[in-house]
Amino acid sequence: MSATLSGAAAGRSDACGGGWLGRVDPRVRIVAATAFAVVVVACDALPVLALALLPALALLAASGLPPGPTLRRMAAMDSFILFILVLLPFTVPGEPIFTIWGFQASHEGLAQAVRIALTANAAILALMALVGTMEPVTLGHALHRLRVPATLVHLLMFTVRYIDVLREEYLRLRQAMKARGFRPATDRHTYRSIGFLLGMMLVRAMERSERILGAMKCRGFTGQIPLVAEMRVGAADIAFATGFAAVLAGLLAAELALAAV
Amino acid sequence: MHIVDGALSNPVVIAGAVLGAAGVARGLRDLPMEKIPAAGVLSATFFVASLVHVPIGPSSVHLIMNGLAGLVLGWAAFPALFVGLLLQAVFFGFGGITVLGVNTFNIAAPAVIVWWLCGRQVQRCSPRTAAIWAGIGGALAIALTTLFVALALRLTGEAFLPAAKLVFLAHIPIMVIEGLLSAAAVYLAKQVKPELFGNVAEAAS
Repeated sequence: MSATLSGAAAGRSDACGGGWLGRVDPRVRIVAATAFAVVVVACDALPVLALALLPALALLAASGLPPGPTLRRMAAMDSFILFILVLLPFTVPGEPIFTIWGFQASHEGLAQAVRIALTANAAILALMALVGTMEPVTLGHALHRLRVPATLVHLLMFTVRYIDVLREEYLRLRQAMKARGFRPATDRHTYRSIGFLLGMMLVRAMERSERILGAMKCRGFTGQIPLVAEMRVGAADIAFATGFAAVLAGLLAAELALAAV
Repeated sequence: MHIVDGALSNPVVIAGAVLGAAGVARGLRDLPMEKIPAAGVLSATFFVASLVHVPIGPSSVHLIMNGLAGLVLGWAAFPALFVGLLLQAVFFGFGGITVLGVNTFNIAAPAVIVWWLCGRQVQRCSPRTAAIWAGIGGALAIALTTLFVALALRLTGEAFLPAAKLVFLAHIPIMVIEGLLSAAAVYLAKQVKPELFGNVAEAAS
């Protein structure tokens, strides 16, 4: 439905996601992704965190997402986070392992940077495999069933619905600017022009939303949007949830065992 | 400015989740069903704006525009920006899931602060004066976001302090750019459709 968002999960073959994971109940997948992230964040031991990448990779294989682009997406972080990770070995005091330009890198700092990188990658990979394969609309319905407030779910649905429309509008405006000789550079003219572009998009968005509300009222909108999606937890979902819980328990047990040593 | 899972200490993550949830709940209170289409379409606009890259020297940066979001949405900026961050995490792999609360707070709290400080002036003044206030607000929002990110890192550990300082300094050009863009956007919007400011945000005052 949303090309901008599903472009992210390029290669998604059908509404449920390509792999068998797509047939697991969406609510179970959302809860599983959250539980996995919490467990991984709670773990500290490096071997356990490395081990946690395995279930995340298994989920990726089962999700039907294209492995290459998804792994690239997983590894991509904001430059400021990368920057912090690179600096950590030099700012955490501890046993020195190597020196660059007179700056000492500590073993502890390096370990912490690796720990953060492993945690972040495992958690986000599991999230993309479990939840990113859903249709955004299914995500909204599942969140509603998980008792997320209806207003927030509606806001999510509207946002998802109009991201593509507005992106196309943005590209149209950009093309019109290009046709008139606009070339982005580092100058005031560029920033002013892009600012005007954003202002124009806001104005058009507002006017569009007025038309939408009018059309909704015209069709008998009374302030309630019914969310109807049938979701049933079946035997396969319970099996998946049990297996996944066992994996999480295993990770926690390994963490505790290593912490005790 | 997406912090990732595992970077922050547990107390910071939990505090962020509580503050983020409180902000979202406060924002939802100002959103009767009638305002949802406007808030949703504007939320989508800011999502698209965050995909826009503007050149800066040989490189480029992507926009945040949380100051502008605050001026247009008021408290509703919290749920709107939360939705954006959720979609980015799930479908693009930006940021993380346990840090969703912290990230929401870092982006949306400055939006609300800017709306408090500059919202009235932007709503009432002439396009030119409103643009100046929006410029200040746009730059201030990025400054506050960077500051909150730095603070979250600093509360996690002493070792993050040098990196946090450098991140703040590296964002000064971005503050200028976002300020200029916000000013231009508001200048145009005030002339074309002045009621844009105060349509959704008004309900919040």
